[in-house]
Amino acid sequence: MLEVKNISKTFNQGTVNEKKALKNLSLTLHDGDFVTVIGGNGAGKSTLLNAVAGVWPVDAGQILIGGKDVTKLPEYKRAAFLGRVFQDPMNGTAATMGIEENLALALRRGKSRTLKAGIKNSERDLYSAWLKRLSLGLEERLTSKVGLLSGGQRQALTLLMATLQRPQLLLLDEHTAALDPKTAKKVLDLTAEIVEEQKLTTLMITHNMKDAIQMGNRLIMMHEGNVIYDVAGEEKKKLTVEDLLHKFEEASGEEFANDRMILAK
Amino acid sequence: MMSLMNALPGAVAQGLIWGIMAIGVYLTFRILDIADLTVDGSLGTGGAVCIMLMLTGHSVWVSMAGAILAGMAAGFATGILHTFMGIPAILAGILTQLGLYSINLKIMGKANQAINVDKYDLLVSLRFIRNVAFHKNTIFVVAVMIVLVIAILYWFFGTELGCSLRATGCNDKMARAQGINTDFCRVLGLMVSNGLVALAGALLTQYQGFADINMGRGAIVIGLAAVIIGEAIFGRIFRNFGFRLLGVVFGSIIYYLVLQIVIWMGIDTDLLKLLSAVVVAIFLAIPTWKGRYFSTTGKKGVRCDVRG
Repeated sequence: MLEVKNISKTFNQGTVNEKKALKNLSLTLHDGDFVTVIGGNGAGKSTLLNAVAGVWPVDAGQILIGGKDVTKLPEYKRAAFLGRVFQDPMNGTAATMGIEENLALALRRGKSRTLKAGIKNSERDLYSAWLKRLSLGLEERLTSKVGLLSGGQRQALTLLMATLQRPQLLLLDEHTAALDPKTAKKVLDLTAEIVEEQKLTTLMITHNMKDAIQMGNRLIMMHEGNVIYDVAGEEKKKLTVEDLLHKFEEASGEEFANDRMILAK
Repeated sequence: MMSLMNALPGAVAQGLIWGIMAIGVYLTFRILDIADLTVDGSLGTGGAVCIMLMLTGHSVWVSMAGAILAGMAAGFATGILHTFMGIPAILAGILTQLGLYSINLKIMGKANQAINVDKYDLLVSLRFIRNVAFHKNTIFVVAVMIVLVIAILYWFFGTELGCSLRATGCNDKMARAQGINTDFCRVLGLMVSNGLVALAGALLTQYQGFADINMGRGAIVIGLAAVIIGEAIFGRIFRNFGFRLLGVVFGSIIYYLVLQIVIWMGIDTDLLKLLSAVVVAIFLAIPTWKGRYFSTTGKKGVRCDVRG
């Protein structure tokens, strides 16, 4: 489904702030893989997701989605294959537009935007039905501006928008990190539900090791721009947080000195 | 007092014409979230193209259509500078505006051109304010055009394309994630906006009976003043997009009425532009001041592009 071949990315090349964010990284996701991604700050997790999404071009390497080479496609064209949810709940929705308008934008992802009506009446039932699953009462507020919603509500809505049109690949960039624990759990449960239901191939970054172990069928650990540990199936199910910390030290030769990770034990 | 009363209909007519321009400014400033300074040049371009086409024997409708197209070309230039060439929007607008100064001079051949209302069939004029048939009255004619413009824009911003323009201005990261070509949307928005500004320039030229190389100087400030006044007074009443545009037109009329009253009160007219600039500066500062000194929940959506 996703093939990342030897990609590299360096930010601020030739300056004192030069940062080699991805170093010759390769990764293959099979159809239906739900991969959780962990790693310390600056490990290149978000950079990997942004590279796949096409936020900027990579310096070297090749990216294939569903067998199609997208390396040279701009971000907005790759969006046809991708569903994305960002860490910041403000980033995934248009605050000054209504809930239904946001959903209508998402329903047209990957299609050409014409002079036809932005929302058809027939779509509204579909939106209501989808919003009901969130049990946030949003189905009663179709025309409310998204800016009036809480962070958790916006993140749930973004997740819905990302999967309204079944994406070939779902990219989740720490999408629960900015939420309170209760809301985070709710959004995470919803994520698992939708991914299961639509059989989505998913790449999910998280700082929570427990979530990383519990969710998905495969786990990768990144360090300094590369994958240092890749585990799937039964072996992954048996993992503990201690195992992961140990693996990290073993593979990187450093102690896992990241406050957020340790707190997340 | 009589002289003020006599001047007011003219002020309303001017306010209406500038109202079309202010709608253009609203589209870039509020919907696309760009302060587009192209308008200082494209207003004059609209006037210049319109008057030269009329003087060379074209009908008023053809001339105004030509003006709109020229304005859209100016918007296109700014859009390309901003998107394809990556120049910040404000600077892109300034560059186009500066270039347009030469272009406007070349279009007119000299710094100003006059047109005689008796010899040419103008749509609007200073002379069509009083003692003309109702349907020829400039206030009526421009009001009808504004209703048409608002109706078309209302329809357009409800279409798929119009919605993607709004999404681009609101949150371009989200827009791209939903497959919207944000660069295309910005260029298109700038074209529509400057087309409207040029239309206002064409009407203004007919109204005053001449086009002048300096007619667009400070246009952005007048446009912003109209947008801000309209929002301040009608923002709470007018929620609907169409009515918001109407509020901007009212803002423009109020601006010209106040201007007329200030002139009547005997202010040194040399100071008018300074006065406009100060008033607009203060109104633009209000949201910041509110956020800083009276804020309880004044948090704005994050817009910066964070990598981490």
